Amino acid sequence: MPLAIGKPRTKREAKAAQGPYGRLGSVIGELDDRLGIAKGGRTFLDKIFPDHWSFMLGEIALYSFVILMVTGVYLTLYYVPSTAEVIYHGVYAPLRGTRVTEAYASTVNLSFAVRAGLLMRQMHHWAADVFLGSIVIHMARIFFTGAFRKPRELNWTIGMTLMLLSLANGFIGYSLPDDLISGTGIRILYSIVLSIPLVGSYLAFFIFGGSYPGNEIIPRLFIIHVLVLPVILAALIGAHLFLLVRQKHTQFPGKGKTEHNVVGSPMFPTFIAKTTGFFFMVTAVLALLGGLAQINPIWQFGQYRPDKISYAVQPDWYMGWLDGVLRIMPSWEFTGFGHTIPFEVFLPAVVFPGIIFTLCFGWPAIERIFTKDTAIHHLLDRPRDRPKRTAAGAAVIALLFTCFGASATDVLANFFNVSLNVVLWTFRVLVFVVPILAGFITWKICLELQHGGTGLGQRKRAMVVSRTAAGEYVAVPADVRPGDERHEIDAVPVPTHIDLDDGSVEVGAGNTRPDADGVRRVIR
Amino acid sequence: MSDEQHEPRAPLPVATLDDPQLQFSAKHPRRIENLISLSFLLGMICMGGFGAAFWQNWKPWTLGATLGAGMLFLGFGVISWGKYLMPQGPFVEERHVLASTEAERDAMAGAIVERGTVVVRSRRMMLGLLGGALGVFSIVAIIPLRALGNLPKTTLTKTNWRRGSLVVDSNGRPVHRDDLQPGGLLTVFPAGYETNEQTQAVDQTVLIRPQSDNLVTEPGRDTWAPDGYVAYSKVCTHLGCPVGLYEEELKILVCPCHQSIFNVLDGAVPKFGPAPRPLPQLPLYFDGSGYLRAQDGYDQPIGPGYWERS
Repeated sequence: MPLAIGKPRTKREAKAAQGPYGRLGSVIGELDDRLGIAKGGRTFLDKIFPDHWSFMLGEIALYSFVILMVTGVYLTLYYVPSTAEVIYHGVYAPLRGTRVTEAYASTVNLSFAVRAGLLMRQMHHWAADVFLGSIVIHMARIFFTGAFRKPRELNWTIGMTLMLLSLANGFIGYSLPDDLISGTGIRILYSIVLSIPLVGSYLAFFIFGGSYPGNEIIPRLFIIHVLVLPVILAALIGAHLFLLVRQKHTQFPGKGKTEHNVVGSPMFPTFIAKTTGFFFMVTAVLALLGGLAQINPIWQFGQYRPDKISYAVQPDWYMGWLDGVLRIMPSWEFTGFGHTIPFEVFLPAVVFPGIIFTLCFGWPAIERIFTKDTAIHHLLDRPRDRPKRTAAGAAVIALLFTCFGASATDVLANFFNVSLNVVLWTFRVLVFVVPILAGFITWKICLELQHGGTGLGQRKRAMVVSRTAAGEYVAVPADVRPGDERHEIDAVPVPTHIDLDDGSVEVGAGNTRPDADGVRRVIR
Repeated sequence: MSDEQHEPRAPLPVATLDDPQLQFSAKHPRRIENLISLSFLLGMICMGGFGAAFWQNWKPWTLGATLGAGMLFLGFGVISWGKYLMPQGPFVEERHVLASTEAERDAMAGAIVERGTVVVRSRRMMLGLLGGALGVFSIVAIIPLRALGNLPKTTLTKTNWRRGSLVVDSNGRPVHRDDLQPGGLLTVFPAGYETNEQTQAVDQTVLIRPQSDNLVTEPGRDTWAPDGYVAYSKVCTHLGCPVGLYEEELKILVCPCHQSIFNVLDGAVPKFGPAPRPLPQLPLYFDGSGYLRAQDGYDQPIGPGYWERS
């Protein structure tokens, strides 16, 4: 039977259309007949989302990814992944008559001759930068609040994988235009692969299809950038969100919030409205950036040539920490036994990120070694209540941002008019000092904050200090100011189970019964 | 939530104007709705503007501004709708316990273990053979990867500079004894290899004339830099960037990528930065007609280090 969206043709359809919810009711009825959506769908519409602002950081990443997909498809319509040489005859006069690759020519062409091409390309680039940025901040929120603890270790691992692959795809993406700066990046990548002991030169030759630069690398990077990694990313994002729904959100402690519930606003209509609006907002910011803020003007850099280079070569922000650590590494090449190990490259570009990512991936397990904590946690930690974890996180972030700063040694030396040598040695010292200091100060702040604890979410009452006639100073609490009396609202319970006659429960996992406190527990 | 409750569970309470978070809309009836409507109207106008800019192919910034402003108005309107006119709760939802009962866990493990072993006697051996076959396949499946590229063999150790190679610039013009003034610099290639990107990448050599009389950069290189013409590989020994900056006053070559600094007068020994080795020097001589030629190829592999480099 066709769906009763049109004019009712049978009595049954007419009757259904007259139900309390009219046509919508009959559509849901027909869908439910076939797919059984009503019960589960209703549960989904009732799903509760915590209202804390920090829960939208992941949404920024998700919506940037959507924009990346949309603008990316637009770009693939005009981009040619080929290093075949052509003479440029396009609209950009300064390049006319020069020898360029098809990849470069098509990128310049889609920027200048394709309608909205520049907007799409710049939105794509900005979206990639925002994507990585929001992932990192989202990850920091998860880390500092302990949201990665059991049962969410798997989702932490998926999230880390997403970040790693996004990092790779970002690098590959800005390498595709084959301009002077991105080509230099590829050259550095080749040398980094080359530095791996034993297999480096073979790996490099297999990746590049022979010796550098070859004609294979751009088409290979292209298919990885537009197919392989996006498909994996999309699948992992799906898994990430599935686990999020399955395990439900974490929440900050507060009135009425326990390990056994979620307090917030419902999926429909409130969360849907807010998140849709937020999607528009993210798109708006990316469109404004893409239209008004120039990024990666490849026509100014020129076509990549292996013997050409420009001043102030820097990667996109998320690769900056790797570039920085390559700069401050001393020249410790090992030569002996007929072999060379370029430690000055291998340590900073392979071992260092390897350690950082192993630490990040393994953090839930590492923390468990110290805490011996195998309990399930749905309530979040306040960072101050876990001073050691907070200090460790602050130290690693400080380390990475110091490395990031080191990727600008030449620019800083120029800007402050000091010698490059001084800047380099400053960073060589800072890279050890800053993380230790940051960790220690964070630890101290956490301990201090623990002592000053008033109620969560409450403002401290102001004190008025006055002097009595006898010269004595007394402190009296001030009058209540607007905002002081802020109170949290009692949550309204959402029924989640249909109880059977015998008191057991039909939905949910396994058989549960309410215990003395009214909390549902599995019957063992 | 009572235990007697059977069929469809109670609906979520609908928002009423008594709700604390809806007080604003209660105090100012229609103000929010008018604001949201205005926001959508402005959004519509901006989207129309985006269409016009797109149709007329106006400058890129007009596209970004109209699209961005339109999305901003839509977002503002929808978020305000959600924030001021929809039920906020807070509502509380119970979590289900994810874990099943012991009995259910045992049943699952039992299903996996027992179902497969009903009439099988040598399951372990068969599984071993299956695993072995798949293992062999996964190793064999690597073989096609061999087609991804040539083997390095000796490629990395060789350039196209030979005994007697004519030194030319990127346009194929030979370099004459009088071409460079002291202080001058040129990127050069062996004649015949100057236009190919593939050979440029390894052969690129920076020719500098820091002074006008013979230059001895290292003991044993007495004749390598006639009339002050000295040539070094342009491929940085750190990560392979072209060492493209020459500081005439200090006679240093600087790699713009990671700021390795090489002393031109002193065999391009790295004075600073992460580069581990000097840039290899190309020995030069003038032929009968006064043109620069290479006495020989480089005496060592150029560029960054790798395992097989001895």
